[in-house]
Amino acid sequence: MCGIVGLFAKDAALAAELGAHLATMLASLADRGPDSAGFAVYTPPIDGAVKLTLRGPAGYDFHALAEHVPEWIGIEPRGTHAVLAVPSALESHARATLAMQAPELVIVGTGHSMELFKEVGLPADVAHRFQLERMQGSHGIGHTRMATESAVTIDGAHPYSTGPDQCLVHNGSLSNHNQIRRELQRLGYRFATENDTEVAAAYLSAKLHTGLSLQAALQESLHDLEGFYTFVVGTETGFAVLRDPIACKPAVMAETDRFVAFGTEYRALVDLPGIEQARVWEPEPATVYVWDRRS
Amino acid sequence: MTQADLARVCDLATASVRELNQMLHDLGPDTNATHWQVLNPRGRHSLAAGVDAAVTIEIDGHAGYYCAGMNKLATVVVHGNVGVGVAENMMSGLVHVRGDASQAAGATARGGMLLIDGNAAARCGISLKGADIVVKGSVGHMSAFMAQAGTLVVLGDAGDSLGDSIYEAHLYVRGTVAGLGADCIEKPLADRHRAELHNKLQQAGLAGQVDVAAFRRYGSARQLYHFHVDHADAY
Amino acid sequence: MDATPATPPRFSATFDPHVLAEIRRAAATGIYDIRGAGAKRRLPHFDDLLFLGASISRYPLEGYRERCGTDVLLGTRFAKRPVALKIPITIAGMSFGSLSAQAKEALGRGASIAGTSTTTGDGGMSPEERTHSRTLVYQVLPSRYGMDPDDLRRADAIEVVVGQGAKPGGGGMLLGQKVSERVAGMRTLPAGIDQRSACRHPDWTGPDDLQIKVEELREITDWQKPIYVKLGASRPYYDTALAVKAGADVVVIDGMQGGTAATQDVFIENVGIPTLAAIRPAVRALEELGVYRQVQLVISGGVRNGADVAKALALGADAVSIGTAALVALGDNDPALEAEYRRLGTTAGAYDDWHEGRDPAGITTQDPELAARLDPVLGGRRLANYLAVMTLEAQTIARACGKSHLRGLEPEDLVALTVEAAAMAGVKLAGTDWIPGTKRSGDGD
Repeated sequence: MCGIVGLFAKDAALAAELGAHLATMLASLADRGPDSAGFAVYTPPIDGAVKLTLRGPAGYDFHALAEHVPEWIGIEPRGTHAVLAVPSALESHARATLAMQAPELVIVGTGHSMELFKEVGLPADVAHRFQLERMQGSHGIGHTRMATESAVTIDGAHPYSTGPDQCLVHNGSLSNHNQIRRELQRLGYRFATENDTEVAAAYLSAKLHTGLSLQAALQESLHDLEGFYTFVVGTETGFAVLRDPIACKPAVMAETDRFVAFGTEYRALVDLPGIEQARVWEPEPATVYVWDRRS
Repeated sequence: MTQADLARVCDLATASVRELNQMLHDLGPDTNATHWQVLNPRGRHSLAAGVDAAVTIEIDGHAGYYCAGMNKLATVVVHGNVGVGVAENMMSGLVHVRGDASQAAGATARGGMLLIDGNAAARCGISLKGADIVVKGSVGHMSAFMAQAGTLVVLGDAGDSLGDSIYEAHLYVRGTVAGLGADCIEKPLADRHRAELHNKLQQAGLAGQVDVAAFRRYGSARQLYHFHVDHADAY
Repeated sequence: MDATPATPPRFSATFDPHVLAEIRRAAATGIYDIRGAGAKRRLPHFDDLLFLGASISRYPLEGYRERCGTDVLLGTRFAKRPVALKIPITIAGMSFGSLSAQAKEALGRGASIAGTSTTTGDGGMSPEERTHSRTLVYQVLPSRYGMDPDDLRRADAIEVVVGQGAKPGGGGMLLGQKVSERVAGMRTLPAGIDQRSACRHPDWTGPDDLQIKVEELREITDWQKPIYVKLGASRPYYDTALAVKAGADVVVIDGMQGGTAATQDVFIENVGIPTLAAIRPAVRALEELGVYRQVQLVISGGVRNGADVAKALALGADAVSIGTAALVALGDNDPALEAEYRRLGTTAGAYDDWHEGRDPAGITTQDPELAARLDPVLGGRRLANYLAVMTLEAQTIARACGKSHLRGLEPEDLVALTVEAAAMAGVKLAGTDWIPGTKRSGDGD
């Protein structure tokens, strides 16, 4: 039902081109997922601030919204989405304001670094609409989708974000997500869709919330989640890949001293700089791979 | 005039995969278009799938899924990597991958040889039905799963669950095997096996470069040929 | 005598004699019960639907004089050469191996007389079948036994089998007694061993990769032939949508009554949904994707007579497929063989140990002596007769509903006798305006 990509920059020069590379990677998988696309990029953080990516109806006037709230640092509209930066201390106030003044807006992602965009359309069009090719960042993940329902809507598009600076994309099909969803609902998580990927994202957020590292949280998911899955996960500083123990869904990785990249098919990686000399491998089943900016 | 001068060139930057495959399928047994060069494959799928002619096809770059799928008689050389299912259900001929192969390389292949210079990923030779596969690098987990006939020769290592549920295919691995699958055991390397292995290595152009004695043979314990409750765990 | 009135012995509905015997058998053997045929338990089915014949508000067509067309074209979406059938009843996939060569030949002969297709099975294409079938659908199964591109090129259509109704999620099964030299040769297996089969395809998993596989099959066959995708009825709404997205020209859905040559009894009886419940969700998926009638729908699993054919078509199918019924037409479970069924520990009408390969009718066996009992020419004639009767029955019903072609039948021509059937088929309960369960949402999860 889809193609997924991920890119983690090891040097500043690549980080400066991260969006451009991610856009090329996404576009290459268009025929795997022509219905909708999405991506998240971990952009340079603003000191003392948090970013909220908002999505609204076509033609929404984001600037007009921000005009009324001078405490907000800034708002950057891109089509139906906008990145709103607010002082961290004012985050809950900002949420309340949005809920009251702009109930038609949805907060698709929040974080110090993470900006998240997703929409109906071909991946190249979606990427261009949100100017992915100009974005800079330490790491990013993306997804192109073949909708399983007939109506192609934004619901069901990945990445899913269920925690600050956290997001996940998924290729495959979980088989016990309904009972996992119920357990997470009992813990207070709320779900916008029936989608299995949303459950996986919330599961990870719940595990991270208990203090587990990304590595440990993904390790636990191997035990708790059933089905066929390849996950690519982003956190504020982390970038991770996991395949289920049977590993039928395709997955390829490439690493140089400048980047670590993931693609559902090798052709997603062909245009990366230095790919000819890269170490290329297919991730082992039931093995958590994590790269962290801090290390 | 050299062979290269006579090569038909198909540039996928301007031609479609459909056009390429149709040209290859239209070749008669007496064709003089015996050498083809495919440019700019850029990971496209089903390149040279369903060929049934004794011609040589060189693909300059990376191929996607099912490259040379169900190949008959042709020699297909890929100067790059291939995606899932290269040479799946191949009937005869030679498919040579200069780079790496993704999952299910040589899946259900029934004849001919698949030669991979780099590594093959998971499920190499899955459900093999008589072809010969030679991998100079390593193979991933579940390789030779339910392999029925043919040979898999691996100069590097093999991943977990090698030969799970294997029937009668012969497996030769020179490096380490991470783990054997259900009903797959190590077996003695008798003279006839050395001869077979030598023969396959020779066909792969490795004669004299590799010592057959360095390989170990793996095959079926044949405990699953008739259902018995005590082996229920293995099913 | 002051005797206490005795109550008659009482069987438990939960622990009935059949269940008790099965527990004893399991304890004695340590192996699950394997058998052929489809789900045998009573299920909501076509019998629970009735047609609303013409009256004052609807006018009938004259039988025999006013035509009622039966032809159907399968595979119009992408194939250069769709499959043209004279009747909307095809013969479902059954392997040479599970069936004798004589049976496959008989099926081919009968189908050709009737102007319809047969389908290969989990063992590849036999020369008998290709020779005698005017239209042959070639299956691509997880096992890929006997898979040969030359057969792909010789076939009239290709059917990618994801699953079958008797065991959605299961693979093929053929026990040693039927793995004869010839069968073993075709399947590249040692003769006489129990065949283990994969339940997933070796080189693709999931609809995104199925799409690439379908394209490969099209490329190999130069886009000439229709590609069918066959599914066991489980989540028909989603599965149909995904099959369409993967590029299928035709979707084939097989309900739990669909037969198999051999699988575990518990699998047959407890996995998969009734044929009746699978049709409307599949049609809804096609309609919502805007491909209804462009991607054709074939329904199988317990189709037995012209009424079943007409009902399946009325609910939205383009054609049906028969398996078990075709074998019965050839002579399976014939009371004339009762003495031999008794010797096998069974009786005519209940014989389902097809996996043992001792079929006295010569159909589900590889034993040369038994197989020789089936005369393929006579068998072909019988099948053709049966197909003709089913077609006439369907036409009779259709004319009574005012249709000049079977495809004119629609759900509103039907009512249901039970609440379950009404809900599953999406038609009104007879005498009421009520269709239970008409919330417009995805079926299943």
